[in-house]
Amino acid sequence: MTISLILDVVTGALLLGGCVLVISGGVGLLRFPDFYSRTHAASLTDTAGAGLVILGLLLQADGPESVIRLVLIMFFMMLTGPTAAHALAQAARRDGERAVLDGRAAEGPADGPAADGPAADDEGRP
Amino acid sequence: MSTLLMNISLFALLVATLLAISRLRALYEATMLTALAGLLSASLFVSMDALDVAITEAAVGSGISTVLFLGVLALTRSREAVTPRRRLWSGAAVAVLLGATLLYAGQDLPPFADPGTPVQTHPVTETYLHDSQKEIGIPNTVTAVLASYRGYDTLGELVVIFTAGVTIPLLLMRTKRRAERSAKRDALLSEYLVLRVASKILLPFVFIFAFYILFHGDYGPGGGFQAGVIFASGFVLYGLVFGVKRVERVMPWPVMLALVPVGVLLYAGVGVLNMALGGSFLDYGTLVPDHPKDGEHYGILLIETGVGITVAAVLIAIFYSFTTRGASR
Repeated sequence: MTISLILDVVTGALLLGGCVLVISGGVGLLRFPDFYSRTHAASLTDTAGAGLVILGLLLQADGPESVIRLVLIMFFMMLTGPTAAHALAQAARRDGERAVLDGRAAEGPADGPAADGPAADDEGRP
Repeated sequence: MSTLLMNISLFALLVATLLAISRLRALYEATMLTALAGLLSASLFVSMDALDVAITEAAVGSGISTVLFLGVLALTRSREAVTPRRRLWSGAAVAVLLGATLLYAGQDLPPFADPGTPVQTHPVTETYLHDSQKEIGIPNTVTAVLASYRGYDTLGELVVIFTAGVTIPLLLMRTKRRAERSAKRDALLSEYLVLRVASKILLPFVFIFAFYILFHGDYGPGGGFQAGVIFASGFVLYGLVFGVKRVERVMPWPVMLALVPVGVLLYAGVGVLNMALGGSFLDYGTLVPDHPKDGEHYGILLIETGVGITVAAVLIAIFYSFTTRGASR
């Protein structure tokens, strides 16, 4: 009785947190100024948001089958979501897409990308 | 009520996506929206309980075909050429005429979710839904209908896919090749550690899922066609990240071209074997004379495997011929 109540409360909190993250991801996708921050907002939706929702559902699962399915779904989302965001950001950087810092477009090709990427491969090729 | 709400919102999203596609001039964006349209139609099929179709649509509509579109876009420019205004009239006239015809023909369609349609009331429905459990013993009626009752049709569909698999490489291989470009592009993606690791982790799951779909087709949604597409998508994923040359080491071009007819031959061969065993063409019951049900099981598994082999080989062949067009081979 009390344990199920606690589980329900935790589930509710997790679902609520997931919903907040999903909605804020959507808002960010519409409102953020440049490609990189929008990518970040979009990937927030399907990693943190969906992750919290699935965690919440895991606490309510009624058998090992549902648990395994949910864990598999979470595993694949955790694997593919960040990878897709990473690939998008890398492709954009290679195409010379610039980040908007402090509300204005960064000047020069090296400003935005170099701030977050110490990788060697962005120096040789444009 | 909630189903109705879901249907309405999915249809609204689908219509919005299609309108956006028709207005876009940038082809990359249009391709991405096409994938979204495929995913939305797959969701619609799920809400209509047509899970087999949904899996096909998800794998083909939003998976493989997107990659093939991107392969085409890599060979051409990514912006639509603007048609001169005077040449738009003929297209508009054809579109309006076609739309009017479709609307007129649509008058004859039964209303959405009408229980009195021929599909629901025809006696063959009863046969398929009830007798198939006794005669074939497969829980998934769709597989029983496709593979057993309508085995001829499915064989015909497989031959259509086979024809595409033979024709598209033939068309694309005879063009001028540019050696430099493709090799350089191949080298780029595999530099990314994250992509490399993530795709390597995903690959075994993709293949396991393909085999699951293939062998579980008797019991759940899925079957040879979907399994073939998913299997091919594993190769496509590897090819996208590591370059087609690495894939060709696993599955060389001649081997793959040889595999294209193998599935069709396997399918038709089962039928011929049935005739040799004294039954009619594709009468799987003859495979195990004492237990026709077991024969049906084995026969369906064999022909589904055939479908899977040909579909996978054709899709990989098409992917190869798009991506290596321009490369030296």
